[in-house]
Parts: sequence; C-alpha cells; structure tokens
Amino acid sequence: MAGASGLFPRSSRRSWHALSRLERQAAAFSAEASQALGGASWQRDRRRAAFDRYAASSWPGPDEEAWRYSRIDQLDLSRFEPSGSPAPKGALPLLPALAHAFVDRVGERAGLALTIDGRPYEIDLAEEASRSGVQLARASSHPEAAELSGRARASFTAPDSIDATDELAEAFSSDGTVLSVPAGVALSAPIVIVNLLGADHQDTSSGPAFFPRTLVSLGEGSSVTVVELYFSGDGAILVLPVTELEVGPAARLSYSAVQQLGRATWQIGRNWSRAGRDAHLKSFTASLGGHYARTRTDSRLEGRGGSAELLAAYLGDGDQMHDFRTLQEHDAPSTTSDLVFKGAVGGRARAVYTGLIRMRRGARGANAFQTNRNLVLSQGASAYSVPNLDIEENDVRCSHASAVGPIDSEQRFYLQSRGIPAEVAERLILLGYFEELLGRAEPAVRDHIAAAARSRLHALAEVVA
Amino acid sequence: MSLFSIKGLRGGVAGHELLKGVDLELRSGELHAVMGPNGSGKSTLAHVLMGRPGYEATAGSVTIDGVELLGLPVDERARAGLFLGLQYPIEVPGVPVVEALREALVASGRPTISLAEEMEAEATRLGMAPGLVNRPMNVDLSGGEKKRNETLQLAILRPRFAVLDELDSGLDVDALRQVSRRVEEARRDGEPALGVLAITHYRRLLRELRPDAVHVFSEGRIVRSGGPELASELEETGYVAYRNEPGDEGS
Repeated sequence: MAGASGLFPRSSRRSWHALSRLERQAAAFSAEASQALGGASWQRDRRRAAFDRYAASSWPGPDEEAWRYSRIDQLDLSRFEPSGSPAPKGALPLLPALAHAFVDRVGERAGLALTIDGRPYEIDLAEEASRSGVQLARASSHPEAAELSGRARASFTAPDSIDATDELAEAFSSDGTVLSVPAGVALSAPIVIVNLLGADHQDTSSGPAFFPRTLVSLGEGSSVTVVELYFSGDGAILVLPVTELEVGPAARLSYSAVQQLGRATWQIGRNWSRAGRDAHLKSFTASLGGHYARTRTDSRLEGRGGSAELLAAYLGDGDQMHDFRTLQEHDAPSTTSDLVFKGAVGGRARAVYTGLIRMRRGARGANAFQTNRNLVLSQGASAYSVPNLDIEENDVRCSHASAVGPIDSEQRFYLQSRGIPAEVAERLILLGYFEELLGRAEPAVRDHIAAAARSRLHALAEVVA
Repeated sequence: MSLFSIKGLRGGVAGHELLKGVDLELRSGELHAVMGPNGSGKSTLAHVLMGRPGYEATAGSVTIDGVELLGLPVDERARAGLFLGLQYPIEVPGVPVVEALREALVASGRPTISLAEEMEAEATRLGMAPGLVNRPMNVDLSGGEKKRNETLQLAILRPRFAVLDELDSGLDVDALRQVSRRVEEARRDGEPALGVLAITHYRRLLRELRPDAVHVFSEGRIVRSGGPELASELEETGYVAYRNEPGDEGS
C-alpha cells in the first residue's frame, strides 16, 4: 500500500523520469517513519490512514490551479526528513530574543504553550481559566482532541480542498496543541502559543521537516484571543503547520499568527476555520519570514449571521515568496466575510494571492468582501493577484478588489514637496499602507508586528531608493 | 531678504510645451498674484516649479538666492525654501500629518521637540477640528479642511517662498478668511518673511490677500503685469482680451 510505485502511480500525468525523481525525493517520508511517531492510538490510526491517502495521491505541481505561480516544483523533498525524536526534556531552553520579545509584548496572558520542533514542550494555563473549564493541552492528553481534530478540515467537502501536501501533513502530524473553551466562558487575556522550529538548525543544504498543529475550539457564546508565533532557525527547514479553528454559535475568536521563519525555511501551511450561528472569527496573519511561505486559508461560515474577518499582511525581500490561497465559503444566510490581504515585495521577492468567494445555495443575504493589494517596490519583484467567484445563490453581495503596483508617485511627490527625502517618503508611505491593517490587528500583537514590519520596511525602502 | 527668480522658464507635460518663457521676480514679504483664464498654464507653472512627476522644465532658470532649483529632486527644492500649496492636495493613507512634518523638519535639521504644540496652536488659528493633525494626510477631508491643512503645513515649515495654487477653491468665506489671514501673517511676521506667488482664477482671493503685483497669465507666459488695480480691471473686463485657443490643458 505504501510502496513507492503506489506513491506516484503510472496513471499520473507526470513522466516516468519525473516520477522516479520525486520518489527518491520523498523516500524519507516513509510509512515506517510515519508509524514510528508516537501518541494516542487515534493519532497513530489517523496518521496511518492519511499516509495511505498520501501514497495514493500524486504530488501537486504548478499546473494545478491551487499551485499556480507557486514554488512547489522547486521544493526538493530529499533535502528534508521528518523530525523524529522529541526535544529533550529538562530545563526550559533559552528562548530566542525574538520569541522573548513576542511574549513580552503580549503582556498579561491567560495561558502559554511552547512547542519545540512541532511538539508541545511546556503548557501553562492560568488557574482561573483552568477552573472555568478551559483546557490547553497536548492533543494526546486532551480528552476531546480525538473528536475535535480534523472536524474543521472535514467540513470542507469540495473535491479540490485536499491534496497530497495535506495528507503528508496529516501522516506526519505532531502531537499538537489543543485549546478548548467551554460554552459561555470569556477569557479577557490572550492565550499565547510559541512555536520554535529547528531554532538552532544552521545547515542550509538539508534539514528537518516539522508538522506542528494548533486546534482551537470555542463553545457557544464563549470568547477568546489566541496569538501564535512561528519561529525557525536559519538552516534548511520544511514546516507544514496545520491550524483548525472552530467557533461555536455566538462565540468570538480572535486568532493571530505571526510568521517569522528563517530565510531558508519552506512553509506549506493550512488554516481551516468554521464559524457557526452569529459567531465571529477574526484571523490575522503576519507573514514576514521564510524562503517560501505558503498559507492556504479556508474559512467557512455555516450558521446564520456568522461572520469572518480575514486579514493578512506580508513583506517580502531577497528571494522570498509569499503564497496565499484563500477560500471564503458561505453556507448559511446573512453571513458576512471581509478579507483584506495586503503586502509589499522588494528585491527579487514574489507574492501570490488567489482567492475564491464561494456562495452556497441558501446563503441568502450573505455579504463577501475581498481585497488584495500589493506594492511592488523593485524591478525584480513581482506579485500575482487572482480573485475568483463561485456563486450558487442569487440574493448575495460580493465585491473584490485587487491591485498590483509601485508606490504612488503622486504620494511620494507630495511628501517630497514638504522637504522629505524620497527614501523617507517611501518608508512613510509603506508604513501608512500597512497602517490600516495594523489598526485592525489584535492589540496584543500589534506592537510586535509593527516593530517587525518597521525594521523590515527600513531595509525595503533603502532598496527602493 | 531673499529673492525668488524665474527666468525664461519653458516646459510642460510630456513634450507639450505649455510654459513659453516665464519671467518673474519675487522678494521676501511680497505677494504676487498670477491670474489667468482656465487652460492658460497657471497650474503647470506651479507644478514645473516644484517638479511634479510628469512635468518638466525644458529651458530657463528658477533660483532662490542664486541656488538653481531646476534639476534638483523635489525635496531639495523644498529644503531650498520653496513650498507648493496644491489646488487638490494629495491623500497619503496611513501617514499622519504630524509624522510627515516631523520627517520634514528632521530632514532640514530643525528641532521637532515642540512640533505637537506648534501644530495644535496653528490648528486653532486656522479653525481646524481638533485631532485632524493626527489623522492620515488629507484622507477623508473636505476641500476646505485640505486647504487649512496645506496652510498649517506652510506655517510649520516656514518656507521662504510659497506658490499657492487656487488657494481659495473649495473654501467657504470663513475658511478663506482664516487661511488668508494666516498667509498674510507669515508675510508680515514670518522669519523669514514669506514671499507668495498666489495663482488664482478669481479675484475673490485677492479681497483677502493684498497683492503687491498682479500678473496676467495667458498661453504660457505673463502677458501683462501691474499693481493691485489690475485685478479689479480683470474682474470688469474678464479674460476675453487674453483668451487663448480652446482645447489647451486644464488650469
């Protein structure tokens, strides 16, 4: 079942030569390696089943819509192998300065989960939260994890919603971090999750693959803020993070992910979310690091009056690529989604955004907004922006706006006419461009993102000038 | 005492020569009005002087105290002492007025320590809504608020010379009075005393500002110069005598 010939069957469109190359590449991601991962029996069962599906599927290529313009064909899996042994127990490792700054800036918190190399290492929950029934735990020890895990993912039924990379992530999934909040419980301080991935790994030719997972489930009428940091070392690292968010009826979740991966890291990330009746999800992604940083975000509104605010800011320079695929699925009446993804690319960096608004039959009175804007700061940089609509219901409102372009020369002229040098004017305009988004970011992470963005923008603006 | 000198200035937009030899001299504390029909090239003059993208000078010279401005980047022209008040001020999303002015002062090597208080005082003098200076530059402002905001920047930056393009457009009577009064104060008490080139289509502005000289602009050049009485004459006779061919650029 897991044999190499099954992994890339001959019926695949790929040539035999390509197949054998990919087979060799994926050798380290074997059934044996998958099964050697520990955890609860349900976790092992799911890995085994996912591995079978992975082995039976074909690896995606840039000819597929979901991977168009991506770097999937440059991803050399043979450089990576699944990270096996858990981090050694003992004294808490020294947090990188950046992770320290992140936690410091959050300030007061209701809980902290530290994961190392994709596995929860230390979890700490405030007593008050714990008493109210909130649980922040390893998936293997969380009583509801087996039931909750995979549920958001399974709510997306379109045939193209899963591919081999998702099955690979599932087949090698780590023992994730699970946060559950019972009905009616509101946490005023945020839950902080810090993911350190190969923090000391320096070798840029080959390295570990990590499979961190975060699951957040909110009961009816509950409310919580989750802020998450992804940090990796400077060496070659592959990370396939999976996030599942479930927002129960009338619950409110603010989820922020700050991605500050190393510049030789490949990320293929997946974010599944579903929101029920009158629920509200706010999701903010700051994508700053990585060599190739892909996040596919699937948001589903499945209860009347549910709403989602999907925000992302990204900055690329050097040879970075940020790759975003989004789905706003409306499957209930009077639902609202508002997506704003804004980025800037300089150097030889690339940005890809493709977004789909899907209005299911019955989503009467639904509203969907989608905005993607890209500032292209250098000749060598580029951005693709492709919005799409799929509408099965008449009584809906959809709007999308997409833009790719340089810094507005009129704005620069205006600031320069006040005596501001061109490079300073461009930095101001860049900061201003992100200000709208930062203003909507969760206060607990706003300062951190603003500081990180500001230091990057200095570099970007210098390249421009 | 500073001197702003324009000599034989030619230029325009992408190969179209709209300025056909402009000569003008302006000293500190003076206010000259440039009046003319729509399409005469008045606004082009303002844009060429400041170096707006898309506009170019093809011949001539523009100096402040002997320093040639043509060929300099826009910000260096500004730091040499030139200010442009735009007819349609440009919105810069996410950039608060106070941040822009702070950077402008820093670039000129001037202190910023009392900037916030100075801006507050200027805003009050100009009748601006409180908090406006912390809002993004010109975003969601009414026409009148934008002109007040331009004038506030002028007051803070204290340039030697200001080219004010249709300062009165979009202003109601009260706003026009406040803005004009502030400009007159800068002329009288400014250090340095501000020299003003006020570009306007209507005489309305000149009831609030007191010009030392009036220049009639037509077809890309100054065709007549005189004292303040020329403005009154223009109001009676209109620009018919100076009308250029239709189909030229907008004002």
